[in-house]
Amino acid sequence: MAFENDVDVEHSIHDVRMAAMKNFETKGFPSKKEEGWKYTSLNSLQKVDFSIFPKEENALEYKDVKKYFLHEIDTYKIVFIDGIYSSYLSETTHDGVDICLMSSALTKPMYKQVIDVYFNKIASKDDSLTSLNTAFSREGAYIYIPKNKMPKKPIEIVHFATGNEASLMLQPRNLIVVEENAELQVIERHQSLTANEVLTNSVTEIFAAKSAIVDYYKIQNDNATANLIDNTYIDQKDRSLVKIHSFCFGGKLTRNNLNFYQNGEHIDSTMKGVTILGDKQHVDHHTLVHHKQPNCESHQDYKGIYGENSTGVFNGKIIVDKIAQKTDAFQQNNNILISDRATINSKPQLEIFADDVKCSHGCTIGQLDEDALFYLQTRGIPEKEARALLMYAFANNVLASVRIPELKTRINKLIAKKLGVNLGFDI
Amino acid sequence: MAYTEEELKKELETKEYEYGFYTDIESDTFPPGLNEEVVIAISKKKEEPEWMTLWRLEAYKYWKEMKEPDWANVHYEKPDLQAISYYSAPNSKPKYDSLDEVDPELLDTFKKLGISVDEQKKLAGVAVDIVMDSVSVATTFKKTLAEKGIIFCSISEAIKEHPELVKKYLGLVVPQRDNYYAALNSAVFSDGSFCYIPKGVRCPMELSTYFRINQAGTGQFERTLVVAEPGSYVSYLEGCTAPSRDENQLHAAVVELVAMDDAEIKYSTVQNWYPGNKEGKGGVFNFVTKRGLCEKNAKISWTQVETGSAVTWKYPSCILKGDNSIGEFYSIAVTNNFQQADTGTKMVHLGKNTRSTIISKGISAGKSQNSYRGLVQVNSRADNARNFSQCDSLLMGNECGAHTFPYIEAKNKTAMIEHEATTSKIGEDQIFYCNQRGINTEKAIALIVNGFSKEVLNKLPMEFAVEAQKLLEISLEGSVG
Repeated sequence: MAFENDVDVEHSIHDVRMAAMKNFETKGFPSKKEEGWKYTSLNSLQKVDFSIFPKEENALEYKDVKKYFLHEIDTYKIVFIDGIYSSYLSETTHDGVDICLMSSALTKPMYKQVIDVYFNKIASKDDSLTSLNTAFSREGAYIYIPKNKMPKKPIEIVHFATGNEASLMLQPRNLIVVEENAELQVIERHQSLTANEVLTNSVTEIFAAKSAIVDYYKIQNDNATANLIDNTYIDQKDRSLVKIHSFCFGGKLTRNNLNFYQNGEHIDSTMKGVTILGDKQHVDHHTLVHHKQPNCESHQDYKGIYGENSTGVFNGKIIVDKIAQKTDAFQQNNNILISDRATINSKPQLEIFADDVKCSHGCTIGQLDEDALFYLQTRGIPEKEARALLMYAFANNVLASVRIPELKTRINKLIAKKLGVNLGFDI
Repeated sequence: MAYTEEELKKELETKEYEYGFYTDIESDTFPPGLNEEVVIAISKKKEEPEWMTLWRLEAYKYWKEMKEPDWANVHYEKPDLQAISYYSAPNSKPKYDSLDEVDPELLDTFKKLGISVDEQKKLAGVAVDIVMDSVSVATTFKKTLAEKGIIFCSISEAIKEHPELVKKYLGLVVPQRDNYYAALNSAVFSDGSFCYIPKGVRCPMELSTYFRINQAGTGQFERTLVVAEPGSYVSYLEGCTAPSRDENQLHAAVVELVAMDDAEIKYSTVQNWYPGNKEGKGGVFNFVTKRGLCEKNAKISWTQVETGSAVTWKYPSCILKGDNSIGEFYSIAVTNNFQQADTGTKMVHLGKNTRSTIISKGISAGKSQNSYRGLVQVNSRADNARNFSQCDSLLMGNECGAHTFPYIEAKNKTAMIEHEATTSKIGEDQIFYCNQRGINTEKAIALIVNGFSKEVLNKLPMEFAVEAQKLLEISLEGSVG
C-alpha cells in the first residue's frame, strides 16, 4: 500500500493505525440499514473517486482567504491547505501552551507522554469512519493547555481545499488536551475554495480535566460541493464545562457526531446548534451524552430552519447509567419547515437506568406564527423581512451563549445572509 | 417465470397424496413443528374454503423468507418455533372441579380485583354446574346485535358465513408479509374475533371477547378483524384484567381495524398475561401487530393498559389515509421484576388535516426495562397535519430502566408536531405528605401512580377503568424500595 511507504512503520502509532484499518476493512462505509445512519446515505459519496493525498502542495495568499478568518481579532491560527499544514498562514505557539501540529506531536519525543495517554483513547475503535480517519490521518491540530493556563487568544483551526484535485478526501485529526483548571476557546472551520468535490472525515478528541473550560465553535458554511463528516469525542472530568456550538449553513452533506462522556461529577456539557438549509443540503446532527457519574448536567438546544429540498436530521441520545443519580439532562430540538419539499427527521432518545434524575426532551416542528407576522407587517415591515426577523429571533437564543463578541456578529451576518435579507439593523 | 397460484395449487394437491396427511388431521393435537402440511392441515381442520388455505400458504411462504427481527430494546431467548404445536383442539373439559383446587394466589388477585365468584370460576377454568350467567347474557346480547345487523363472531365462523367480507378486509391493513410475526400469524392463526358494523349503525354496547361464547381455545395466534362501515361506531374491549395463566409462551396476535368514512373505532386492551416469577423465569412473550386504517373523517382510538407478559413488543398504529381523520393512542405500560416492554405507536399522516395524539405513560419498577418507541410521519401531501405526543416515564428504584425512542419525520411545511418526554421518580415529599395524612407508603405510591396514569385511565370504558386502576396497584405491589 502506497500509504505505508509514506509513514514510519516503526512508530508506536503504526499498530493503532493497522488495527483501525482492519476495522474499516471489515465494516466499510455505514449504510442506511444501520440505525445510526437511517436518515443519511453516503451512497453518492462512495461513487466519487476521491484522492486521499494531494499530489502537490498548494499555497494561498492571505488576502484571498482573509474573509474566512475571524480577522477582526487576533487569534492563533492552525491552517491546512488540502490537508497540508501551511506555516505561512498559521500562527502557532509553544509559549506556556502547545498549539501546534499533530504530525510533529506524533513524531517528537517531547510529546510522547501526552500522545501515549490521550491519542485515540476516547475516539471510537468500533466506528468505521473514525477508524478510517485513524488509519489514514496524518495531520491536524494538537493543542495542549497545562494546568491553570489559558491561551492569550482564541485558536482558529481552518482547513482549506483548493480544488486542484478533481475530488479530494481529507482526514484531519485533532487532539485537544485541557488540563486542570485550564481554559480554551477554539473556532473550527472547513472551507472549500472551488466547486470541486471535497469529503472531509474529521476526528477530534477533546479531554477536559478537572474544572477545565472548553468553548468550541464549529462553523460549517462550506460551498455546495463540500461534504463533511465530523466526529468529535469529548471526555470530561469533575466540574469541567464543555460547550460546543455548531453553526450549519453550508455544505452538501454534513454529518456531526458529537459524543460526550462524563467521567466525573458536577460536569456540565452543552451542545447548541443553528441549522439553516436550502437547496439540496443535508445536515445530520447526531449527539450522544453518556452520563456515567452522579450530579452532572447536560443541555442540548438545536434549532433548524429548512427550505427548498433540504433535509435535516436530529438524533440526540442521552444515556444515564445506574449510578448517575441526580442527573439533569435536557434536550430540545425545534424546527421550522419553510418549503414543501424539505424534510425533517428527528429522533430524540432517552435511555435511563437511574431513578433520581431529571430528564426531558422536547421536539417541535412547526411554522412561523402568523399573528406575529401580521403584527410586523402592520408596523410596515415587508413580509420577507418580517419572516426573516422571526426566523432570526427563533435562532437567536442559541447565539446568546457565544462568548466571543466578534464571532457572534459574524454568525449574525451569516444568518442574515442565509435568510437572504438585510435586517435593517446592525446585529 | 413467476410462480402462479395455479401452480401452487397443483403442487399442493400432489403433496397431499405424497404425505397422506388425511390421517394426520384426525388427531387432536398436531406434533410440534411448522411446515406447509401443518398450515394446510390447520386450514382443513377448521373446514376453511380453498382461498383461505391459499392465503395462509402465501403467508407461510413469506414467513419462511423472513428473519426474526432483533431491533427492539428487549432481550430474551428466541422461542424455537419448530418446537411449538400449531394446533390443538379446543379443550372443552374443565381444568378444575372446584375453586378449592385453583392456585390460591390467583384467587387472591381475583378478590382484590373484585371479580364475582361465578366469573372467577369461568376465568380460572372451573366447571360451572349452574346455568352460567354470562352465557345467557351473551345470547341476549347476540340478539340485540343481530337486530342492528352487527356481525360479531369468531373469525373461523366469519370465514365460513361471511367469506365475502373476510376476503375483502383480511390482510388489508396488516398484509401477510408485513413482519415476521404477522406472517407467522397469517399462516397459522387459530382463531380470533370478527366484528362488522353496518353503515350508520352505532353499536349499542361495548363489544368484548369476554362475552363471546366460543371463546375457548382462541389460543396463541389470535386474529382480530374489526370493520366499521361509513358513519358507524364501535367500542371494542380486548383482554381482561384478571391474570391469565397460559401455558403458551409465545403469543403473536394480529389486530386489524378498518374505519370507513366518518366511522369511529375505539379499541381498548388490558393485557395481564403471566409475567414470569420474581426471578424472571417463565412468562409470556407478547409480540403483537395492531394497526388501523382511517378513511375520510374516521377516527381510531387505541387505549392500552399493559401490565403482564415477560416481553411485550407491540405498536398499535394508525394509518391516517383519509382527509380529516384522527388517530389516538393512550397507553400505560407497567413493568416490574424482570419484565421488558417495548411498546408505542405509529401515526402515519397521509391525508390532509389529519390529527393524532399520543399519550404514553411508562412505569418501571424492580429490574424491568420499559421502552417507548413511536413514529410520527407526515407525508408531503398531508397538509395541516397535527400531532401532539407526550411520553412520561416513572422510575421506581434504581435497577430498572426507562427508554424513549421517538421517530419524527416531517415532509410537509404545514405540519405541526410537538413531542415531549419526561422522566421522573416518585417524590419523597409526595410520599411524606401522604404518610402524614395516615396513608401508608404502599397506598401512597398507588395513589401517585394512579394520578400519573389518570390521563390514560380516563380513556378506558367505565367498567374497565375501575379494574385497571386496581390492576396497577397489584402490579406494583412490593416494589416500594
